[in-house]
Amino acid sequence: MTHIFEIPLYPYERSVDQDSAEPAHHQVVVVGAGPIGLATAIDLAQQDVPVLVLDENDRVSWGSRAVCYAKRPLEILDRLGCGDKFVEKGVQWNMGKVFFEDRQVYSFDLLPEEGHKRPAFINLQQYYLEQYLVERLRDLQAEGKPIELRGKSRVTKVAQSGERVDLTVETPEGPYTLSADWLIPCDGAASPIRALLGLDFVGRVFEDNFLIADVVMQADFPTERWFWFDPPFNKGQSALLHKQPDNVWRIDLQLGWDIDREKEKQPENVIPRLKAMLGEDVDFELEWVSIYTFQCRRMEKFRHGRVLFAGDAAHQVSPFGARGANSGLQDTDNLCWKLKLVIDGKAPAALLDTYDDERILAADENILNSSRATDFITPKSAMSRTFRDAVLQLSEKAAFARPLVNSGRLSVPSTYDGSQLNGADCEKMPRRSRPGSPASDAPLGEAWLLDQLGNNFQLLGINVDLPASIEIEGISVASLCLTTAAGEQSLLAERYLGEAAQAVYLIRPDQHIAARFESYSEAAITQALRTAIGQRVKEVAQ
Amino acid sequence: MTIASAKLEIKPNIIDPDGFYNELLNAHEGLSEAQSTALNARLVLILANHIGARDVLSEAFRLAKAAGTPS
Repeated sequence: MTHIFEIPLYPYERSVDQDSAEPAHHQVVVVGAGPIGLATAIDLAQQDVPVLVLDENDRVSWGSRAVCYAKRPLEILDRLGCGDKFVEKGVQWNMGKVFFEDRQVYSFDLLPEEGHKRPAFINLQQYYLEQYLVERLRDLQAEGKPIELRGKSRVTKVAQSGERVDLTVETPEGPYTLSADWLIPCDGAASPIRALLGLDFVGRVFEDNFLIADVVMQADFPTERWFWFDPPFNKGQSALLHKQPDNVWRIDLQLGWDIDREKEKQPENVIPRLKAMLGEDVDFELEWVSIYTFQCRRMEKFRHGRVLFAGDAAHQVSPFGARGANSGLQDTDNLCWKLKLVIDGKAPAALLDTYDDERILAADENILNSSRATDFITPKSAMSRTFRDAVLQLSEKAAFARPLVNSGRLSVPSTYDGSQLNGADCEKMPRRSRPGSPASDAPLGEAWLLDQLGNNFQLLGINVDLPASIEIEGISVASLCLTTAAGEQSLLAERYLGEAAQAVYLIRPDQHIAARFESYSEAAITQALRTAIGQRVKEVAQ
Repeated sequence: MTIASAKLEIKPNIIDPDGFYNELLNAHEGLSEAQSTALNARLVLILANHIGARDVLSEAFRLAKAAGTPS
């Protein structure tokens, strides 16, 4: 069988830029066609910002890699016009089981909150995510959107001078140069662009190795997440089993620090481990094996003048909690509308500094959560192991200990509390919808609230009359007016009204809430919009 | 669940202190050092959950550290 990751999806083709007498100029260049680079390019192209993606490879990534996608990134993929494909293909799960030594100590149900279009999580191989994003990119091209993807195009030089970034691109037919107004490196944790620019990437290295294997089997394991602490088949270590589409099971086995990585990767060493885990009589085929170590670190700043880092290039976390690709997609969600307004001259360049503020806050949350999970999974001292084991022993007998078990706190979106873009708040309204928070979905009959928000600034009015649209600072703000029946406890009322009878929300293009009021006033909305586009932000010297 | 802010009780609060102390020692009777350490860890977790209030727990950590540090 030929796997999708063996097929060149965007083979090298000679571009006109290579035959140009002068270096060609592009508005935005994205480096890296992984999930984050592709999502960035799609978001910009949807807003008619011309964008060129350069990738050193010509196909989707090999092996499952990032497999767990949370609700918020799925909502972002909806906004990018391709959420359905992911959710239809992905495996949904709610049940988890925790094992300690030779026995199950407890099981749990994620009990996702009702009234959301998207599930709490889906499992999907990263190569499908990339494939669907490439397909979306092709659809946009067919619609005439200004988006281009060049394979086998590796950036080997980068220099920033004043208003421009100059690049040298290596191809199978030799190098060429081009320039860009903006450069967005989404080139992964080992980011060559970050290295070329000599930028920092500091943090904590965890002394551990994990073997990951994609195994194809027709087993009757239920669709659940199973996590083992110190199992008989991997003494003193941990293990994770997760189902993906196509009967592919993802297995993560902790190996410890002092190992021979090349040797451990060999099938003759991997297969006995897997047999011990799955049972001697289970038939399986090994599709992919890799060994990884991980670090928790981030760049001090994600914005460097006209270079804007996103995803793992900007911040790296341990895999526990699925906070890598999930947070990277939220980076692009935050960045693209800001860049569009700056390019259009409707917002000051200082708006881009708030990409740093908001996404560094999120990166720090993710690093904190994934470091804590790592410390639980891999105790660093005899006493931390004693407490870890005590928690696991108690979790079998007493419910109180279960919230202390930490095999990864699954990715949830950040609320940008304290952001300079946040405007007025109204305390009568629910805390979950305060300024800075991502708007919660809610059912509207057969439709969904979030499907009607995003891509532009909008007013959401509940039980209040609003003008159809207003124009502020050259930005058109359209209104969505909804009503809740008196006395009816709808989820919309629960999530947006609280104790207020009516509400006006100003919502950002990334579906985060900018400000909220009990009644409409054009002056107040104007002030909130000016704040939300960074007019009060003082630009950091670049 | 909300837990009212409280102060760590540092006045005598255990009825029958000798009986309690005896029970604590008995719980460790016949255990290896590792087993005793593990038992203590479970006890700390059980008692901490019973207290619940984070500020009280933080105060207990401070008192336990200070009492073991020569002044």
